This record gives sequence, C-alpha cells and structure tokens, in this order.
Amino acid sequence: MSTKPSTQFRYPTKDSATVRIGLTIAGIAYIALFLFTPLIAVFAEALRNGTAAFVAAVTEKDALAAMWLTLTVAAIAVPLNTLFGLAAAWAVAKFDFTGKSLLITLIDLPFSVSPVISGLVYVLLFGAQGYLGPWLDELGIKIIFTVTGLVLATVFVTFPFVARELIPLMQEQGTAEEEAALSLGASGWKMFWLVTLPNVRWGLLYGVLLCNARAMGEFGAVSVVSGHIRGLTNTMPLHVEILYNEYNFAAAFSVASLLAMLALVTLLLKSFLEWRYGDEIAATHRH
Amino acid sequence: MSLRIERVSKRFGAVAAVREVSLEVKEGEFMALLGPSGSGKTTLLRIVGGLELPEEGKLDFDGQELTHMPARERRAGFVFQHYALFRHMTVAQNIAFGLDVRPMGKRPPRREIAARVDALLKRMQLDDMGKRYPSQLSGGQRQRVALARALAIEPRILLLDEPFGALDAKVRKDLRQWLRALHDEMKLTTIMVTHDQDEALALADRVAVMNEGRIEQVGPPAQVIGSPATPFVRDFLGQDGEGI
Repeated sequence: MSTKPSTQFRYPTKDSATVRIGLTIAGIAYIALFLFTPLIAVFAEALRNGTAAFVAAVTEKDALAAMWLTLTVAAIAVPLNTLFGLAAAWAVAKFDFTGKSLLITLIDLPFSVSPVISGLVYVLLFGAQGYLGPWLDELGIKIIFTVTGLVLATVFVTFPFVARELIPLMQEQGTAEEEAALSLGASGWKMFWLVTLPNVRWGLLYGVLLCNARAMGEFGAVSVVSGHIRGLTNTMPLHVEILYNEYNFAAAFSVASLLAMLALVTLLLKSFLEWRYGDEIAATHRH
Repeated sequence: MSLRIERVSKRFGAVAAVREVSLEVKEGEFMALLGPSGSGKTTLLRIVGGLELPEEGKLDFDGQELTHMPARERRAGFVFQHYALFRHMTVAQNIAFGLDVRPMGKRPPRREIAARVDALLKRMQLDDMGKRYPSQLSGGQRQRVALARALAIEPRILLLDEPFGALDAKVRKDLRQWLRALHDEMKLTTIMVTHDQDEALALADRVAVMNEGRIEQVGPPAQVIGSPATPFVRDFLGQDGEGI
C-alpha cells in the first residue's frame, strides 16, 4: 500500500501562493498609494482648466525664467560634481592614503544633512550677517539671493551622487588593467582616458542622471538661499511654490507636471540602462 | 643584456615581503621564481616590472639603473595571473595598445601596427580572433592574448606572474610546451613566477627557490633537485627523485 505525501512538492526557497500573492498586492498597493496617485493627481490638476490654461501657465514669463534658471543651475552643478565624483572615486578606489575613510564620510555628508540646513549653512557663511559677510561685502561679491548661491547650494546637495555610483564600481574593478596599461607604456592620463573611464562609463552615466534629477528638483536648500525674487532667483520648484501660495493651483500643477515628466524621463533612461547593461551595473551596486 | 637585482628589500606595513634579495638573470635566460604563497616571488617580479618600488637595493639592466624608473619606461612585458585584458577592447586593440599609446614621434604608422598585430595573432595561434572581445575567449586564449600584448612592445625582458595558474591541467601542459618553444625561438630574457614545481622544472634554465622573502637556492633544475642546499628546498621539492 503506497501512500502519497499529503503536501505537494514545493521549492525550499519559494513561499506559498498566499504569501506571494499577498506580498505582491501589498507592494503594488503601497506604490499605487504613495507614487501613482500623487503622480496622476499632478497631471490631472495640471489639466483641470484645460490645455490652453496649461500652455499659458508654462509659457508665462516668470515660468520660462524659472525653467531657464533650473537648466542653468543644473548645467553648472552636474558637470562640477561629475568631475569631482570621478576624481574622488579614482582616489578612493585605486589608492591607499591616510584620511581615506574621512573623505568617504565627507562625501556622504550631504545625504545625512537636511537640505534646509544645507542652505542655511550657506546663509550663515555668506549672508550679510554671516561669517564671511562683511568680507564679501567689501569685495562687492554677492552670493546669497543670487544665482551663485543657488549653484553653490545645489552643488552641495548633489555632491555624492556620481562619487557613490563610481566608488564601489571602481573598487570592484581593481587596478589590474591600469597596471597592465602602465607596464605597456601608457602615461597616467592615457591610462585614465583609455582604460579606466571606458570601464566605468555606464556607472558614470547613471550617476550623472541621478545627479541631474536631484539638481533640477531640489527645493529645500535652494529655497533658503534664493530670496524668491520672481524672474531672477526662482528655479522651477520654487516657482511652483509661489504659484501655489497665490492659490493659482492649476498653474502650479502645470509647472509641477513638467518636473514630474522630468522624473519619468529619468526613470525611463535609468531602466533602459539597467536593461541594456544590467549585468555590469547590478554586479557592482552597493548602497 | 642581463638583469641584476642587488640586495632588494620591500615591506608591506609590518610584513617583510622581500628581504635583501640578490639575483642575476643572464641574457636570454628563462628563470623561474619558485616558492609557496607568501614567499615574496610575485612581489619581486613586480619590483622588476616597476609596479612596486623597493625600499632598499638596486636594480640594474645591462648597466642602466632601473630602481626608480617608472613602469612605463622600463619596456618590461608583464603578463598577469588573471590576464588583466582590457575588457572593453577587442583582442586586436588589446595587442596594439602598447604601440597605440606611444607618443606621436615614436608611434609606428597604423598600417605597421596592424601588421604587427596580425603577425602576433598568427604566432599565438589566434588567427581569426582579432575582432573578438576577451569575454568571448577561453582561459587559454586569453592568456595567449595577454602574452601577445606584452610581446607587441618588443620588451627587453618578459615577466610572467603565474601565467597558467587559472587554467586547467591539460591546457596548462599544452601551453607549457608552447611557451618553451616560443622562448627558444625568441631568446628573450624571461622571469616566471610559479608555485608549481613541475612547471618550473620543465620550463626553466635556472630555478630560484624562494621562501619567506629570501632566495634559498638558485641553479639549474637538476641541481636544485639533486643537491638541495637547504632543508626547505629539499622538503619543498618533495619526492622528485626521478629528475626532470
């Protein structure tokens, strides 16, 4: 008399159907609630008064100035932080030196500081009543409430992105290829340009993408430093705030939807990179 | 063109990797550095190649002092244990690299570089692999590309760091014979690091047995087996009484 086992065969590492379905539903519900709904709301509110009102809101003089400023700030902050990130990752991954762990901690600093505090630090340093205020005044240099201040604050908060993408990647790749390049007669610069850089290009692109997304969307630090001068020192996020405070909801959401679209494009590009070069990227991700 | 290593020492933190090592490698000779892990043989090889700088001692190649010369000026072809091929370049680009990075004045014209690469591909029995990427090659093929790449710069000395360590036994044996044949043809001064005594004894003109940063004995394989100079040499070379 043979007896069949009462339970069906199940893979040891797979949960039961109920658990799997339950978790999947919970995950989707969470994302739907906290991501999809606000996103859909932004677009819905943007078009509430019709497409004509939408177009009017995004082509209005101050809105255009805000977009231009956002692009300018990003165009300065992102390349600066890319250069810095490359240099820092290079130093950390290929060399040993005293103060290395301090450097790594400092790189992560902007992540642990509230953006508002980041902006406040600049006001405390460069503002009229700030530490360096009188000295700057003498030299006729204005930082707070100008575009310079906006760039500085944005550079600070987007500091770590490129470095944090590159450091684990470069560490994992090691120094063997660089040593080979040297032994074959390459100069330091040629080695960096022909061997190191091509090996990290996808991590670099990914880091630049993240840096850019944050640079364009930054609100807290930039708000403190900006002065909110319409048409002059307002980036898009700040402009959205102004419109909203004037009860001009449809216009506020219209401009906000542009930022949302930027986020979606960034996400699409990121997904594409991961799909195309997933193995390279995934194997070295460590956050 | 002989290489002279004079009382070279190197520490890593508290660890003395190489202790006052002196060695002479004659022109055209195939010298094996044989020893267990941690004996300092790879460190010594890297010092010769310029990838590490010694704390004490002198390095001399045919009268020219090498001790503090940067790696890129030494013209020492280095073959790494794990090949260190440039993963984003094709096989042909890998081999051509040493010639491509030469400054404008010293770089051969493109046609000549391509011709040299082709010749090396044929020599290494990699005939149609020029356009492939390292990830598409087997271990043995990658090692031959690494060797071709080192030879492309017409080095005055060839340095091999456990070149067959990552390969399986059959491939290893085949490559061994092939390497010896290559050496006999090219007569290039060669230093090879290995912990595999069969390999050292089969390939080398002379063997330097190393232990804990020092050279215990240098001599032709027969001598090192037949008349071990120290207990370590005798024990390390085990029951190899049958000769080579």
